[in-house]
Formats: sequence, structure tokens, C-alpha cells
Amino acid sequence: MDAILENLPLYWEGLLRTLFLSTVSGVIALVLGTLLAAARVSPVAALRGFSMTYVEVLRNTPLTIAFFFAAIVLPRLGVTFDQFEVAAIIALSAYTAAFIAEAVRSGVNSVPVGQAEAARSIGMKFSQVLSLIILPQALRTVIPPLINILIALVKNSSVAGAFFVLELFGYGRQLANAYGDQVLAVLLGVAFFYLLLTVPLGILASTVERKVAISR
Amino acid sequence: MSSVLYDVPGPKARRVSLIGSVVGSLLILGLLAWIIMTLAQQGIFEGRRWAIFTRADVWSLLGNGIGATLSAAALAAVIAFPLGLMLCLLRISDLAVIRIPIRVVLEFLRGMPVVLMMFFVLLVFGTNAFIAVVAGLVLYNAAVFSEIIRAGIQSLPKGQREAGLTVGLTSFQSRMIIELPQAVRRMMPSLVAQLVVLLKDTSLGYIVAYGELLRAVQVMADFLGPAFLFPIFFVAAAIYIAINICVSRIAVWIERRGTKKAAGGVAKAEPEPIEAAVP
Repeated sequence: MDAILENLPLYWEGLLRTLFLSTVSGVIALVLGTLLAAARVSPVAALRGFSMTYVEVLRNTPLTIAFFFAAIVLPRLGVTFDQFEVAAIIALSAYTAAFIAEAVRSGVNSVPVGQAEAARSIGMKFSQVLSLIILPQALRTVIPPLINILIALVKNSSVAGAFFVLELFGYGRQLANAYGDQVLAVLLGVAFFYLLLTVPLGILASTVERKVAISR
Repeated sequence: MSSVLYDVPGPKARRVSLIGSVVGSLLILGLLAWIIMTLAQQGIFEGRRWAIFTRADVWSLLGNGIGATLSAAALAAVIAFPLGLMLCLLRISDLAVIRIPIRVVLEFLRGMPVVLMMFFVLLVFGTNAFIAVVAGLVLYNAAVFSEIIRAGIQSLPKGQREAGLTVGLTSFQSRMIIELPQAVRRMMPSLVAQLVVLLKDTSLGYIVAYGELLRAVQVMADFLGPAFLFPIFFVAAAIYIAINICVSRIAVWIERRGTKKAAGGVAKAEPEPIEAAVP
């Protein structure tokens, strides 16, 4: 217990960095994922193909490989970062974007056909159909799965701890080494702080699920 | 290719789309060319860097890595599935004394990064890396399997359980004989999708120093020198991704087959493809 109380500032710093990594990568992944989903349903074949390949490859890439690439292989190739956070954000957002693209695409598919037909029949172009009619409805239906993906993102950010970023898990590893006799307490402390982030998000997901559910 | 999102393209739209395709492809090709140029400047494509793949020991190390990855994944899946079934039965027990603690435990396990669990087992129980990896994977995936099967049981029509109880089955018999088989079949796509996640998560073993594929890459790069990092990493990543894509394809195939046969013939199967896709 002492180990936790003495190192509360470190835990706090770790929590903030985890939060920072998750938020920045989450925002980038949301934008990138939505663009990929739009490309996936667009009339231009090259965009469709690109989006499909990206999603298929990234979804089947273990996150650790993405991290290994961004943090260890890229610097050897001459792409260096001042901080390893940048590598972590690249890996996390590229990986998460693939899942967000899939979720948004299934949201697009869940919008009734009549919506798009109505929009087209009043003369809207593809870009208008998508941005004014389909996406607003699609995003609404996929909010709960998106929150689940963000929860997974928070948990996934722990991999950054093994690639030179001192976030919650990174500090946990350090403290576990420093306090060999109190490993249990140190790691339960880390677990507690992760739950502090993931449990409220989970509750938010189920609340939102009930609130935004559109009865069709 | 026709879609409800846009009109069947006329001659003008087809021309615009063709131009878009060509420009898009050129952009992507240009990006690839730029990457390859940059790599070539680093000397990545020198023959000697790739010549290591003619050596048998490189392949045997890679093979060991793949073996370690697959064996951890297989063992974890074999243990996690029955455990998940059991947890699911406890989670929906009629007795609140059993139901509520199990629920708390499941929420705890699902809210935790897998790598933290592996690390926990490794340090607190002082096991070897293989057991830590398997235990971490089992704990997390059993919780997820349990939630998937629970969703399957709850999606069954109420009449199934009522009929079971009416013909004199006990609550447990009804769960085992009537509900579980239907629930598992209904949730097959999600379960297989979760297997892909499990397989991917074995790569976290790298972090707890388990000798899986990525660790083998690191070891070889340290041994042979940094010049060989990229070729080895490239080949290993390609193997990993190829294995995962194969398993994902099986999941898609099962999903198609499942919807065709309408999972047990009751109601329409709604295997939440979105939920299943959570990384």
C-alpha cells in the first residue's frame, strides 16, 4: 500500500499521459476512420480499393507489430521523432482508424435505403447524400460501438508503455521493478486507474445506447 | 457496381469517376514509389540484406517464433472457451449471490489491458513467460466469450426456456440442452472474430519477453545487426498478417454460412457484427 501512496504523483502523471494518448489518437482515428468509411462507399473505384485494403491489413495487424514498426523500425529508416509519444500516437490512431471505419461503414449500411433514395430523388450529389443525410444518421447509430472502440483504445494505449512511453503501464513496470516486495499492490494500483477510465466509459456506452436508439 | 448512395453514373460521371480513379491510383502509386525510393536510399534493397533468408537457421528461428505464437493462442483458446461458458452460466444464474460477484469479476477482467494481466501473472505468481501469456489471454478472453454467449442466450426467444422448463427440465438442464447450443451457434461469427483478437493479442507476449514471432525478430536483429531489422521485420509482419487474414476469412465464411442456414431456424440471427469488431 505504501508503494501506491508514495508514488501517487507518478500514477497521476501516468493516468494523464494515458488520457492524452487516448484522446489525441482517438480524435485522429475518428476523422481518419470516417474518411476511410466514406471512401469505402464512394463511386471512385480507386478510393474503394484503397480503403478496403487499408482496413483489411490494419485490422489483422497485431497492435504490437504496429508499435514495433512506428517506434523501432521507422527510426532505423531515418524517420526520427523527438518524443516516442508521436510514434505511439501514429501506431494507435492508424490501428484504431481501421476499426472505426468498419463501424461507421456498418452504420452507413444500417440507414434505410429510402433515405438515400429520397435524397437522390431531390437531386443531391453523392457528397451531399453522404454528408447531409447518411452520415449524421449512421454516426448516431454507431455511437455505442464507437465508445466500445474508444474503451479498447484506452486499454490498447498500455502497449505504448513497452515502447518507451511512460504512461500508466510504463510507470507500473518501473514501480514493479523498484518495489519488488510490493508488486501485487503496485499492479493492482495500475489496474484501479485503468478501471477509473474504462468503467465510466462502459456505463456511458450503455446509457447512450438506450438514449440514441432509433426504433425502426 | 451500383449503390443506393449515388445514381447509376452516366457517361460524364463515368468519365469523372475514371479520371478520379486514375488520379487516385497515381497518388497511391506515387506514395508507394516515394516510400520505396526512401527505403532504397537507406540501402534496404541490397541483396546481402535479403540473402539471410537463404539461411536455414533464420527460417528455423522464424518457425520457432510462429510455433510459439500459435501454441500460446491455441492453448489459450482451448481453455478460455469452456471457462467462458461456465462464467456465462454463473453470470445468468438465478441466484443473486452468484450472479452479482461474477458480474463484478467479469467487468473487472474486461476493463483491464491484457498486457497488464500478463505482467501481473508473470510477476505476482512468478511463472514463466509462456504461462503468463496464456493466463493473461485466458482471463481476458474467457470474460469476452462469456459476454458474447450471454448476448446469444438473451437473443433467443423467451419460449425456448419456458418450453424447456415446462417439459420438466431443471433450469440448468434447460440452459445446457436447449439454450447454450442455440446461443453458441448463433454467436459463431462473433466467437471466431474474438479468436482473431486472441491470436493478435499473443503478440503482446513480446512485452513480457515470451519468445514469439516478434521477439524472434528482435533477437535476430540484435544478433545479425540493425541492417537486417527491416527485412526480418517485413517478412515476420507479412507472415503474421497473412495468418490473421486467413482466420478472419474463416470468420466471414462462417458468418455467411450461418445466415444462410438462419442459425437453428429461430428468429433471425443478429450477430452484432459491430460489437464483434472491437479490437
